[in-house]
Amino acid sequence: MTAAGIERGKPGSERIYERLMRTARREFYEAVSIDPTASQLLEKAEMDGAETAWHRYLAQQPQCGFGLLGVCCRNCNMGPCRIDPFGYGPQRGVCGATADTIVARNLMRMLAAGAAAHSDHARDIVEVFKGIPDGWAKDYEIKDPEKLKGIARALGLEVEGRELNDLAKEVAEIMEWEFGKPGEEPLRLVEAYAPKKRKEVWKKVGIMPRAIDREITEIMHRTHMGVDADPLTLIAQGLRCAIADGWSGSMMATLLSDVMFGTPKPLRAVANLGVLREDAVNILVHGHNPVLSMKIAEVASDPELVQMAKDLGATGGINVVGMCCTGNEVLMRLGVPIAGNMLQQELAIATGALEAVIVDYQCIMPAIVDVASCYHTKVITTEPKAHIPGAIHIEFDKANAIETARKIVRIAVENFKNRNPDRVMIPKEKSELVAGFSVEAILEALGGTLEPLAEALRTGKIKGIVGIVGCVNPKVKHDHSHVTLTKELIKRDVLIVGTGCWAIAMGKHGLLLPEAAELAGPGLKEVCKALGIPPALHMGSCVDCSRMLIALAALAEHLGVDIPDLPAAGSAPEWMSEKAVSIGSYFVASGLLVHLGTVPPVLGSKKVVEILTDKADDLVGGKFLVEPDPVKAAEAIMAHILEKRRALGWPE
Amino acid sequence: MATVPPRYLEYLIYVDPERCVGCRSCEIACAVEHSSSKELFQAVFEDPTPRPRTKVVPAAGVYVPMRCMHCDPAPCVEACPTGAMQRTEEGFVISDLEKCIGCRTCLLACPFGHPAYDFRRKVVKCDHCVDRFRAGLPPACVEACPTGALRYGRAEDILDREKIRRAADMVLGLAEAAVVYARPAEKAPKSPLASLREMYETVRWSE
Repeated sequence: MTAAGIERGKPGSERIYERLMRTARREFYEAVSIDPTASQLLEKAEMDGAETAWHRYLAQQPQCGFGLLGVCCRNCNMGPCRIDPFGYGPQRGVCGATADTIVARNLMRMLAAGAAAHSDHARDIVEVFKGIPDGWAKDYEIKDPEKLKGIARALGLEVEGRELNDLAKEVAEIMEWEFGKPGEEPLRLVEAYAPKKRKEVWKKVGIMPRAIDREITEIMHRTHMGVDADPLTLIAQGLRCAIADGWSGSMMATLLSDVMFGTPKPLRAVANLGVLREDAVNILVHGHNPVLSMKIAEVASDPELVQMAKDLGATGGINVVGMCCTGNEVLMRLGVPIAGNMLQQELAIATGALEAVIVDYQCIMPAIVDVASCYHTKVITTEPKAHIPGAIHIEFDKANAIETARKIVRIAVENFKNRNPDRVMIPKEKSELVAGFSVEAILEALGGTLEPLAEALRTGKIKGIVGIVGCVNPKVKHDHSHVTLTKELIKRDVLIVGTGCWAIAMGKHGLLLPEAAELAGPGLKEVCKALGIPPALHMGSCVDCSRMLIALAALAEHLGVDIPDLPAAGSAPEWMSEKAVSIGSYFVASGLLVHLGTVPPVLGSKKVVEILTDKADDLVGGKFLVEPDPVKAAEAIMAHILEKRRALGWPE
Repeated sequence: MATVPPRYLEYLIYVDPERCVGCRSCEIACAVEHSSSKELFQAVFEDPTPRPRTKVVPAAGVYVPMRCMHCDPAPCVEACPTGAMQRTEEGFVISDLEKCIGCRTCLLACPFGHPAYDFRRKVVKCDHCVDRFRAGLPPACVEACPTGALRYGRAEDILDREKIRRAADMVLGLAEAAVVYARPAEKAPKSPLASLREMYETVRWSE
């Protein structure tokens, strides 16, 4: 099992050896995930000569301890430097930076990259949104004018009697300025959406964000050789940058996606690789930006293209399925089936049944091109900022969105004739789910007011609320921590909301169905049954974590308390991406306890660990909790929730 | 002939897995040492690319840099049908690529899984950096180790230092006298890396 993947790429004799070892390898296939599609397709991938992230993870062992502990610095060319964690070797870099400085700088650079990714996504959305009133984005529309008016009102704009396009233009211009506006004034969206008490805390600590790009740039500056060496001020700047991401960058991506594509409402759909079809052209949209995937999903029902597919023998027409967060975007709004989460991207190709993988950006493994080369699958990149060697690049022209989408889908359809039926193996596993719980949809389910939820919290029918966010990570058993933590918490009457790869995992394992209320404790079960909702609510993609902020702010306001007073927490049980660092940090800055299920690269500095897991609480009312074991994590989160309930005088 | 320290057999490499962070600096240094340029920035462009002979492997919760033990008598030398596997005058076991026929009998004979089968269809292995030894230098892997997980020197000196460390552990109560050799320093504060590994106990799927 340990040798898996390491001997790859060798000629004949090793193949025979591998075949002999297959029985032993079964242990490996079954160990990596609790999702049965993983073991089936891992075996198939190996037989077909493809390797996956799990193989490469094994081949990477041992992973460098300096990196794992965060004590390696490559920020200048006097280095690279590393601090000996055992204390025998050097304790300072060439410049004199200690482990504390190095660990804090590295973590903040991760955070900056995460905030940059979210916010650049938002920038692309704003660009297209502005193209509507400007007239060039002819294939996009203002689908939810009420949402637009709501945003305008929140920004303090005059709404009554104004043309929609005129309003859209003003909103777009304000949002464009969020990125690089000069001056010390706080971000407009932060002013508009963050609760008053939070803003006071941020002002007091001196971390009120001024402009998104500016906060990211400032991190890059502070972490340059010879600038900020104090872990506390570095982390404070990180929190400021994270607030800019959560309450402005990610927030505007969600707000404007809703305006352009519709605010999600609960709908039924299907998840897991069983959504692929033998009789249809299968197209996988993968990445994060709905600007592309929504159009692909739209043109897939174009009669001309469907006929073309049928003429080529795909009697079932065109089957668009999603993956990762762009999958969540089209799932939430159109009910497009979702094939899986991040670690299933290679497995989806290994079914041999995919005609095309259409990607935009973020979380797209460059390796999919290699896996695709074992099959007929075409990988199509579409973003000027995300090319992969070996893929077909068709730049997504937002001014001619439908036309580009049609061109891309046509390539997929034409590729159907190259599918080799002997190499197709589609797993049977698929599960029904209910997705689409935007804040608006939750309010509607509650009857238009938060009071029923507040009442359930006060009486203790619902003990607390935990927001769980995405990523899956081959360091831990795929989906295991997500599912276990969620089950442990709903059992304890904790309502779960969440996004990203967590949500997909939940969908695959049947936890997004109202029927899953049976797994909940008696109080939560009663509430779920009365409202007809699942105990775990799918709120969207990872930028949609901003929806949780809005919900939290509204709940705190309704109860007349600050967010840190709520019996609530956040969690990222299987996180891996830099975006997750930013998300976790804006939850902490917003006043939540945030559980991390994979260990961030910080253990090399006691001081940084102390700031993140303790001191941050004094500053902003939130802190991190690191615990890979999902059962222990559930217990710790529960202890936190009960403590908050006691403080509010609510029954435990 | 180069200068051979007369008491070469007294030298040893002490491998301390407790200190290994798995950074694989020793692997890179080994490959560079066995390249033709012996310079990192040039070695990476060489064809064939130089290959490390040492390898860090995860085992039993720690990382172990696995080198050749230069056994005496060496099973690989005894198994080799062509005499390619041989002993230098200093006592190091080396593989002569001219004589190697690539039968890989030595791979089966080695109790430590050390020799590697090269793409040139020859067996390559650790030569204890015999050239460096002759020049009075420590092996490249030891020199590259940033944490002292690999230590090199006269056996007596290394073991004396070890004695002092273990004695200190006993005196400070970090290890009990009777079990110090069986279970060293069980009560000693955990290294951050060992704690990190422990944290994943229930959720990891690989070793």
